[in-house]
Amino acid sequence: MNIYLLAIDWWFIIEKLVLIALIVTLCLIIAMYETYGERKVAAFIQDRIGPNRAGPFGILQPLADGGKLFFKEEIIPLTSSKYLFVLGPTLAMITALLTSAVIPWGTSLEIGGRNVALQVADINIGVLYIFAVVSIGVYGIMIGAWSSNNKFSLLSGLRAASQMISYELAMGLALIAILMMSGSLQMSVIVNKQMSGALGGFGGWNIWYQPLGFLVFFTCALAECNRTPFDLPEAESELNFGYHQEYSSMKLGFYLFAEYINMFMSCILMATLFLGGYDIPFVNETTLAAHIGQNWVALLSFLSLLAKAFFLVFVFMWIRWTVPRFRFDQLMHLGWKKLIPLALANMVITAALILWMNS
Amino acid sequence: MNQIQYTNRAKAVDRRPLNFIERLYLWNIFIGMFITIKHFFKKKPTVQYPEQVREVGTAYRGLHILNRDEEGRERCTACGLCAVACPAEAISMEAAERLDDEEHLYREEKYAAKYEINMLRCIFCGLCEDACPKDAIYLSHTFTPTNYHRKGLIYKKEDMLIPNPKTQPEEYAKAKGLIDDKKKK
Ligand code: SF4
Ligand code: SF4
Repeated sequence: MNIYLLAIDWWFIIEKLVLIALIVTLCLIIAMYETYGERKVAAFIQDRIGPNRAGPFGILQPLADGGKLFFKEEIIPLTSSKYLFVLGPTLAMITALLTSAVIPWGTSLEIGGRNVALQVADINIGVLYIFAVVSIGVYGIMIGAWSSNNKFSLLSGLRAASQMISYELAMGLALIAILMMSGSLQMSVIVNKQMSGALGGFGGWNIWYQPLGFLVFFTCALAECNRTPFDLPEAESELNFGYHQEYSSMKLGFYLFAEYINMFMSCILMATLFLGGYDIPFVNETTLAAHIGQNWVALLSFLSLLAKAFFLVFVFMWIRWTVPRFRFDQLMHLGWKKLIPLALANMVITAALILWMNS
Repeated sequence: MNQIQYTNRAKAVDRRPLNFIERLYLWNIFIGMFITIKHFFKKKPTVQYPEQVREVGTAYRGLHILNRDEEGRERCTACGLCAVACPAEAISMEAAERLDDEEHLYREEKYAAKYEINMLRCIFCGLCEDACPKDAIYLSHTFTPTNYHRKGLIYKKEDMLIPNPKTQPEEYAKAKGLIDDKKKK
């Protein structure tokens, strides 16, 4: 028994636990500041200034908002189904955070002679895993909407479910083209493949080879995150508030948080799949590592991934404050009759090209 | 169909069917995003209110001020013309007779012992100012009265009286400046 215990690589477990803790904290903090960013972007686009009273430039605003949510009264409607009512936001939050497990956050660190990968789990079905988790995410919304026993919430749950299912299809199809190019479902392989491209990796980014795929994927990501112009599940003007109408206090906070984490995660995912992941453009990482050390490169690559993701988050917000909401039939029309054929065509063309190049 | 033209500003609505580019929707979204990003970098017109106050015009009608004459005596004689003129019926007053030893306090033989304006009713039309034969009431440039109680927004005479030029010359000059502003226009 003792021998068996010793055989476990304790450092490995500690390293992963620390990494998980760091990533979860990072996600939460970023989600917090995304709310701030959203308000600022909205304000600037509308020629306003936005929150600027709490702390310098209002940077303490998310704390004030969070504190407010914490101290609100917790209400569980009498006619709701209690367990499911609590399960809804929990599920939404958990699935939102689960996606972060397979993302490669940067090149590996070197601590005390050990090579520490900045990735919680480098499983060989990474992309599949993300899709699985994201599809569970819809349960959080559906269960919450259904259990609140409110007509508007139920409607919004229906909308969310059908919207997510329709857009996941096109998203998956757009992705297949990428997978055909990299030949693997493993996230680290996809990133490494892009990093080996021309111009220090910049020329290898998948977006240059798959512009149409990126467009389809981006549109679907907007829909998956329930962002405008596809925010039908929470269309205020039609459904009051949508699936979180009956929620209050931190349960509502969880839903809102989960949404922002989802947004960050899908931007990270898009950066990983299409924008070269943690690749620093125009720089060859291995030669740089020889100059300034591997740990610094790890940090820089991590920052580069964050920068790409933040840019995408900004575009998400930019779109939100530009494009009005779709009608539901328009949404379905776009999903089934436009995006899926487009993604299919993209897939077939990619396949044909790959075959042609290889022969 | 020939419609009557009242102005030359009417614009015909373009009802042509969308062409291919427009039906793609994407291009138009890019145009829209270009417009919003232009606004993103524009200078913001926001006035940071409590710290910065926007300049108001000389004719601005704010809170009332009850005037005194050069010797610091209250000008109001409680004639009630302002109350009659007031469309919102915001003014109420009680008159009293000036005693012999009060000549330094009140200009006329009759004065307002109580003079109240309900700022919640007042619509700041300035008709009281027009009605007054004694130059006793003016609307100043001060605005946004706040209070925790409705009662606190019924302003008493003490809340509105201009500072005494004899005892508080500086404050008087400051308040007077606003009145003079209004007279100039
Ligand atoms: S400003 Fe108009 S409404 Fe206000 S007290 Fe004077 S007359 Fe009445
Ligand atoms: S303020 Fe003028 S109009 Fe009103 S009661 Fe006094 S003297 Fe008369």
